[in-house]
Parts: sequence; structure tokens; C-alpha cells
Amino acid sequence: MAQEQKQPRKSEEVEETTEVAPETDVAERKEALDEDVDAILDEIDDVLETNAEDFVKSFIQKGGE
Amino acid sequence: MSVRRVMGTEVEYGISVQGQPNANPMVASSQVVNAYATATVRARRARWDFEEESPLRDARGFDMSRQLADPTQLTDEDLGLANVILTNGARLYVDHAHPEYSTPEVVTPLDVVRWDKAGELVMLDAARRAQQLPGNPAIVLYKNNTDNKGASYGAHENYLMRRSTPFADIVRHLTPFFVSRQVFCGAGRVGRGQDGREHGYQISQRADFFEVEVGLETTLKRPIINTRDEPHADPERYRRLHVIIGDANLAEIATYLKVGTTSLVLAMIEDRFITRDLTVDTPVAALRAVSHDPTLKRTVTLADGRRLTGVQLQMEFLDLAKKYVEDRYGADADAQTVDVLARWEDVLGRLETDPMSLADQLDWVAKLKLIEQYRSRDGLAWDDAKLQLIDYQYSDIRPEKGLYHRLVGAGRIQRLLADDQVEQAMTNPPEETRAYFRGLCLEKYASDIAAASWDSVIFDLPGRESLQRVPTIDPLRGSKTHVGELIDRCANAEELVRALSR
Repeated sequence: MAQEQKQPRKSEEVEETTEVAPETDVAERKEALDEDVDAILDEIDDVLETNAEDFVKSFIQKGGE
Repeated sequence: MSVRRVMGTEVEYGISVQGQPNANPMVASSQVVNAYATATVRARRARWDFEEESPLRDARGFDMSRQLADPTQLTDEDLGLANVILTNGARLYVDHAHPEYSTPEVVTPLDVVRWDKAGELVMLDAARRAQQLPGNPAIVLYKNNTDNKGASYGAHENYLMRRSTPFADIVRHLTPFFVSRQVFCGAGRVGRGQDGREHGYQISQRADFFEVEVGLETTLKRPIINTRDEPHADPERYRRLHVIIGDANLAEIATYLKVGTTSLVLAMIEDRFITRDLTVDTPVAALRAVSHDPTLKRTVTLADGRRLTGVQLQMEFLDLAKKYVEDRYGADADAQTVDVLARWEDVLGRLETDPMSLADQLDWVAKLKLIEQYRSRDGLAWDDAKLQLIDYQYSDIRPEKGLYHRLVGAGRIQRLLADDQVEQAMTNPPEETRAYFRGLCLEKYASDIAAASWDSVIFDLPGRESLQRVPTIDPLRGSKTHVGELIDRCANAEELVRALSR
């Protein structure tokens, strides 16, 4: 319902409608963001090397240039 | 001048042999380069021409195909021979203990990005081919600059400049620019200090490895301004500014801005347009101070007493560059110059107000955002090995494993180029420089080329006693406009050399 209320028919309605629902907006955005973060971290979890400590220990390079 | 000039990059890749942390990195690097050369380079006999002044006969007597046949047999002496020129005009070789790719010479920032990204694909293909050799373990390459244990390896940029510009002017104006440009072209690093002894995040991979203001060294006591002077062009007219302070970027926009803004600042220096003194006190310490503060609030002190953040210092250069382009070109400025200015302004504005909004454009912000998400979800402290792993794995060049690539795949990082543009640049040379001549010769006359380098192509023609050296001393000659029709017309190298010596 909140979504429909935010659809202004005329331009003068814009300010009114954004005033009534700012909190819902923020909450919705935060929820969407959280889901977004979870999705990407799930994907990264799948590809991250499994033993971080071993990997970090064995990543040894020689200087270059 | 504008953002356009002859330029390119050279990147040393981190290398690790899976399951063998003590493997010899020189051998592994040679396997990577040789695997690519064996599979793709038809000009097997062509070697890199190191000494253009030496007698031509010295260039003979070396059969690379024999070396390539059995890379595991390489002795230390032979390791230096892993060194090939590609049909895209680039050089692929082993430098110290890393495989390195130098782009061909290009003239626009977007072309730097294109042939630099093509280098990532060449390295990816090379590592995959090396793994296919019987008995070879998997070799993984990283486009980064430090192991966080004290070692650093470079990602250099080269810019052709007018010889007439006093070097002191370059040092004066470029030093504050280099101290601060990391705010958009840093690649981000977990760990502080050369060996990462302090925990925490910093903007640049390289900042902690710079110890002096000006110098010739690149491997120890690294200088902010490097004085190597090998123009690979007419030394009376040109110098090649060899920039060693940059990070290896994966994000296309970061590389684009890095070289685009640097080229513009060099143009202003050449035209003596910079009249403000932006000299920074203790630049080596300032470089680190800027890098060590991802909140971008820390200030550095200028010689005139002002205190500016890294972003504010960049805004001074942006302001000058906008005036310069307006003054010199007005509405006639070329599209990439206009685009670089617009993006530079947008990025600096965001860095001032909302840096995290650049997570889809800049490496250091993308990496930091990912790390902060992990910290917040899993409650990880800064010394957690997982954060270090994320730092390394961000730069893993394999699309299935590299975190940069996973972010791109998820639509979370903006790109400037399409996949096919980059893939074509693995084999095709840029058209506006001598790299076009070099690349097409290697493509079309492979079997008759004995050696090549930035400034020459050397032919070994059947029936001729001596080698035929074609100098390419002017980087802007040998372009498609200049030699395209000639190469089209010459069916073999003999015809080409005859036409050129007429």
C-alpha cells in the first residue's frame, strides 16, 4: 500500500507524499541493503580459500622491479 | 597536449604454486611465460633485442624453440630467456621472480586500460597453459603489489615527455600529485608497515615501500619520483617518465583515472601552466599518512603553511587542469580529456561526501566495503587471517576465484570496456603507435623475424648474409595510417624490407 501512496499523479503531490513515509522508506532500503549484502557475502563465501590461516602463511613473494 | 600522449604500463604479477609454498618463483614464472609462448607465439626465433647498438651478428645463434620445448630443464642461466614479444605489440617476460607484462605503446587512457586488461587475460591464459603440462602443479597469479611480509613488486607507468621540460619542474609539481592521487587509484591493503606488522586498512598497496623523494632505484630505497632515463625514442626530443609509485589496479575506472589525470598534469608541467606551489612538507611521510587514513580526513602540510587532505590536494590539481583545458582547448577539447575531467571531479566530490558510494568504481573502496561487510557479519578483528585472505584473493586473476571478478560478475563494479574489446587486444596491436608495425610484423612475417624491441624490428631474411634492422625510434611512426597499406601490400618480409630501404 505504501508503494501506491508514493506514486504521485501530479507534480505538486511529490512533496506531500515523501513527507508522510520517510521512515518506511529508510526501513525498506535498509532491508533491501541487508539482503544485498547477504547475497554477495554468500557468493564470496563459496569461492574464498578454505583455510585462511594456512593460505596467508604460505603467500610469500620475492621483491621485484 | 591533453590526456593524449604516448604511454603504457608494466605489471609484475604475484605468483604462487599451489601446495608448494617453497617452489622457486623464477622457475614458475618461466613456466608461465614459456607455456604462453610455446602455444601462441609463432615467431619462436624472435628474441627481445636488448642491445640495439651491438653488432647484428650477436643477435643470432639462439634458438628459442629449443628452450621452449622443455621448460622444466631450465637452468638459472636460461631463465633470463623467457622473454617474448606478442602480436599485440606487448612484451611478456620474467623479471626477477615475477612474470611481467608490458603493454604496447598507446596514446589514450582508455587504450591503456584496454591493453593493460588484455595483459590480465594473457597471464590467465599463460597460467592455465602452464598447468596443462604433465606434472605441473597449478600456478596462480595475483595482480597486486605486496605479500604483506616485506616484499613488494611493481606496477609501473610510462609517459613520453618533452626533453626540454626541466626535470626539477617535474619533481616539484608531480610529487604532491603522487602523494595524493592514491585517494582514487590506491588498490587497498590489509596491513600497515612493509611487513604488515600493524593491523588495519590502508588505501595503497605501495605507500609503505617508498623511502626517498627522488632516485634511480626501483628495488630498494624506492623513490616517489624515479629518474630512470631510457626514452626508447630520440633522446634529444624525449624522455620517458618511468613512474614506479602506482598500485596495480583491477578496476578499469581506477586505471583510467590514474593515467588520464597523470597525463594531464604532465601536460600542464610541460606547458608551464602550474604557477601555484603545492609542495608538500616531508612527502614520504605525507604519502604514508594519506594512505593510512581511509576516512580521508588526515591533512598534510604544504610549504605555504596550508593544511589539506589528500582529496583537497587533488582538487587543487583538478581546478588547475580544468582551467588549463579551458584555456588551451575550450569547446574543442577531445572527448576523453573531457571525460577524464568529469570523472575526476565526480570521484573527488564523492570522496569528500560519501567515499563508500565509490565501491563500484575504485579498488580500495570495493575491497574495504567487502571487508567491512565481513567484519560486521562475522565480527572479525583486524588481525583475522580471513581479512588478509580477502585482500590477496581480491587480486586473484582467475574469474572463478578472484573477488574483483566475482564483484564484476555480480554487477557490483562498473566497467569501461566490453569483454570482446579486451579479448581482441590480446592479439591485436593498438593502431596509433609503432606497436602497430611491431605487432603486424610479428603476425605476418613471424618466421623471418630474429628479434624485436620497443625501438626496432630485426629481420633475418633467407639468402641475406646480415640481419636487417628496421629502427622504430619515433613512437608515433609505424601507426596504421603510416604503414597499414605498406604491410597489406607486402606479401613477405623480403618485400617489406626492400620497400622500407628504398
